Amino acid sequence: MAAGEPSIDALGQFKLTSSLGPLGASVNFSQSNLMMLIAAGLILALLYYGMKPKAMVPGRLQALAEIAYDGVMGMCTDQIGHEGKRFFPFVFTLFFFVLFGNLLGLLPFSFTYTSHIAVTFSLALVVIVLTTVVALRIHGLHFFTYFFPDGAPKLLAPLIIPVEVISYLSRPVSLSIRLFANMVAGHVMFEVFASFIVMLAAAGTFGVIGAAGPLALNVVLMGFELLVAFLQAYVFAILTCIYLHDAVHLH
Amino acid sequence: MMRRFKAVSRAAIAPVGLMMLSSAAHAAEKGMPQLNFANPLTLAQVVWLAIIFFALYLLLDRWALPKVSEVLDMRASKIAADLDAAKQAKSHADAAVAELVAATKTAQAEAQSSVSTAVDAAKATAAAQAAEANAKLEAQLADAEKRINAARAASVGALHDVALTTTAELVGRLCGFAPEPATVEHAVGRALAARAA
Repeated sequence: MAAGEPSIDALGQFKLTSSLGPLGASVNFSQSNLMMLIAAGLILALLYYGMKPKAMVPGRLQALAEIAYDGVMGMCTDQIGHEGKRFFPFVFTLFFFVLFGNLLGLLPFSFTYTSHIAVTFSLALVVIVLTTVVALRIHGLHFFTYFFPDGAPKLLAPLIIPVEVISYLSRPVSLSIRLFANMVAGHVMFEVFASFIVMLAAAGTFGVIGAAGPLALNVVLMGFELLVAFLQAYVFAILTCIYLHDAVHLH
Repeated sequence: MMRRFKAVSRAAIAPVGLMMLSSAAHAAEKGMPQLNFANPLTLAQVVWLAIIFFALYLLLDRWALPKVSEVLDMRASKIAADLDAAKQAKSHADAAVAELVAATKTAQAEAQSSVSTAVDAAKATAAAQAAEANAKLEAQLADAEKRINAARAASVGALHDVALTTTAELVGRLCGFAPEPATVEHAVGRALAARAA
């Protein structure tokens, strides 16, 4: 966006452009994918350099890596039960991929890949396909009783079954839109307040003083967005665990 | 299994995207870039997402996460071993304390008994020594008495002779004649007998 223009281009930040020069352009490698690559590299680097000392009493980075491991492991075993250990690598990957996407997006000049519905919906689709496959593998056709609870009166079957099926199918939609909308909203607000700062600053001395307002708001917003980044990654992972619990235990 | 289906799900997103493509195409330039499916990057992004996410999953599952679990397991087993060692040491210490208490008790009992034995022995010795001393003293006493008696008898015998001579002398001086020795002896005997009575 440019200063002095009357309109605020809050959505331009989400525009995909190809990255990594002509090579990236030839394989449609966008800046979004570049951030994914950086996030994956950072996650692996955290674990690699964190666990390198293999210390009995961990240092800072090792403690961080261990907390990451224990935290996600706790999430899996608390929500899914001891079978949760099988899904631990998947939930770990999911949680940290989303978390690093959210956090890296808060850096200036970076890009938030979790603000793209195509990305979040793909991740949610992976979750839902995985849970359905797990449920079918464990329970076979018995899985379909999930859509009709045991105690319910048979007469209500025509009502209950469609409701349950729709709620099951809406899981990936709600899962993906929750993350996508949170990220987009935060970044749009950043952009809008940042535009205010530039516009006010262009308006003269009083404008410069007045620009302190939106600047302060953006500072507060940054703290809030850090919270949201963690919270949304956590929600995404915990809902995945809950869906996996349903798949493993059928209610 | 999980991984294979992940790939399948990636393939399944394409038709979904295509469905949205037609409706979103006209709003592409004005609306949200996220819904601009006219931009090939929007769907290519998903393909690259699939590749990167899958690679990240494999690397974490096979390489990075086992590093963490290895260290955590090592620590858990070390702590368990240390706890075992501590428990063992504690049981050793408890046994040693019990042994010490028992040894102290035995030593006390032994000391008590040896003290009482020594006291008894000392008492016996003292009693024997006292008896011996008494016997010696009694013997000395008896001896002395005997000597006293002998001396007395001797002195009493001598007294008789002295009395006789003195009486004879006295009578000779007083009466001017020497008395009959038999008479003197009789009179002295009578006087001595009266005194002894």
